[in-house]
Amino acid sequence: MDVPRNKDMPTADGQAAIPSRSGAGDIARTFGMGLLGLVIWWIVYKGLAPFSKWFTFSLLALPPNSHLGTSVEFFVFDAPKVLMLLILVVFAVGIVRSFFTPEMARRVLAGRRETAGNILAALLGVATPFCSCSAVPLFIGFVTSGVPLGVTFSFLVAAPMVNEIALVLLFGLFGWKIAAIYASAGLIIAMAAGWVIGRFGMEKHVEEWVYSSPINGEERGPEPRLIWQERVRYGLESVHDIVGKVWPYVLAGIGVGAVIHGYVPEDFMAGIMGAGAWWSVPLAVLIGIPMYSNAAGIIPIVQALLGKGAALGTALAFMMSVIGLSLPEMIILRKVLKVPLIAAFIGIVGMGILVVGYLFNVLL
Amino acid sequence: MKITILGSGCSKCKQTAEVVRQAVEQAAVDATIDKVEDVRGIMRYRVMMTPAVAIDGKVRISGRVPTVEEIRSLLSEDPGR
Repeated sequence: MDVPRNKDMPTADGQAAIPSRSGAGDIARTFGMGLLGLVIWWIVYKGLAPFSKWFTFSLLALPPNSHLGTSVEFFVFDAPKVLMLLILVVFAVGIVRSFFTPEMARRVLAGRRETAGNILAALLGVATPFCSCSAVPLFIGFVTSGVPLGVTFSFLVAAPMVNEIALVLLFGLFGWKIAAIYASAGLIIAMAAGWVIGRFGMEKHVEEWVYSSPINGEERGPEPRLIWQERVRYGLESVHDIVGKVWPYVLAGIGVGAVIHGYVPEDFMAGIMGAGAWWSVPLAVLIGIPMYSNAAGIIPIVQALLGKGAALGTALAFMMSVIGLSLPEMIILRKVLKVPLIAAFIGIVGMGILVVGYLFNVLL
Repeated sequence: MKITILGSGCSKCKQTAEVVRQAVEQAAVDATIDKVEDVRGIMRYRVMMTPAVAIDGKVRISGRVPTVEEIRSLLSEDPGR
């Protein structure tokens, strides 16, 4: 989908730098293309299951119920399915995020009272696009303009906790219920962790220079309103950026998952990661924190383990600590936070994950 | 003209630097490009999102990798310099 050219602003290579305000025709065309794309997507998606069966058992003529046949069918079905879901969701999330900016989030959150502020911050944290390398400037921008410390934390924790890639994989491999549970658990942890940090009054553990730095991100006038073609372009760019980066991990993860699926005996994991072993949840969190893998690689493995008797709560706890608490992020945050606050941050979020892990093991 | 790239050294910041370099080359303007990678230095420009691009001390792009065309049109905005 290319951006319509702007007739009164020629540029060197013909690609318009700034699209013109679009007419109704352009918008109709954009939506028409979108609808067509969606229909094609749906037809291909529906065809994946019969295709994987045909491919495995007719074309390769592998015997059904064999180790290799099970593994191959799993991979041929799940790999394209997850990638297709990923493209669709990342695109949709890109469109939604084009409506939000950090400046907007800060305006909304400045001067909020704790509880309501935490809830709002966690929701905005999920919706607002920001790259993890912006965490420090964002943090400073928020606290210097009167967003309470705890509310700022809710904002920053929410994004990695409710990761859209994790959400897609959970939806694709486990169904919408588990995906919804994951999203709400992540939001609640972000809200609660920020709230607790606010209660503790930990402002003194922020590096002094932060509060004396100039209030940044001053208003630069209203944000230019994006037109639909720009939002579409934004969505496509995020597909290009994100899917382009994670697809090898997705394939590798599903590959490992496929092997586990076909070869590891049933109930093998029950003893190690089953609900019966009380220590499995804290162990999963402890192992998860220093691991820096992305959701894309970890979830297919988790899914395969679950099929072999691992408990869902334990698996979710492991996943959340891998994605939500990462060592590189802590090192970046050390520039603005003193050690006690970082420790409190890890401790509180870690506790939240533990609670979620146990809760799911008990509930399901 | 002085162009400053603000960013803590992540891959998007490097992409931005490359885009700016290309734009300056194409537009054939007389400009120096420098980078601020230290957080406190970045904060002086009052940005919340990196990568950011400042032209003559004024932040023009923040929070994303610009396109070459975008930088070129910013460069041609004040022809007096």
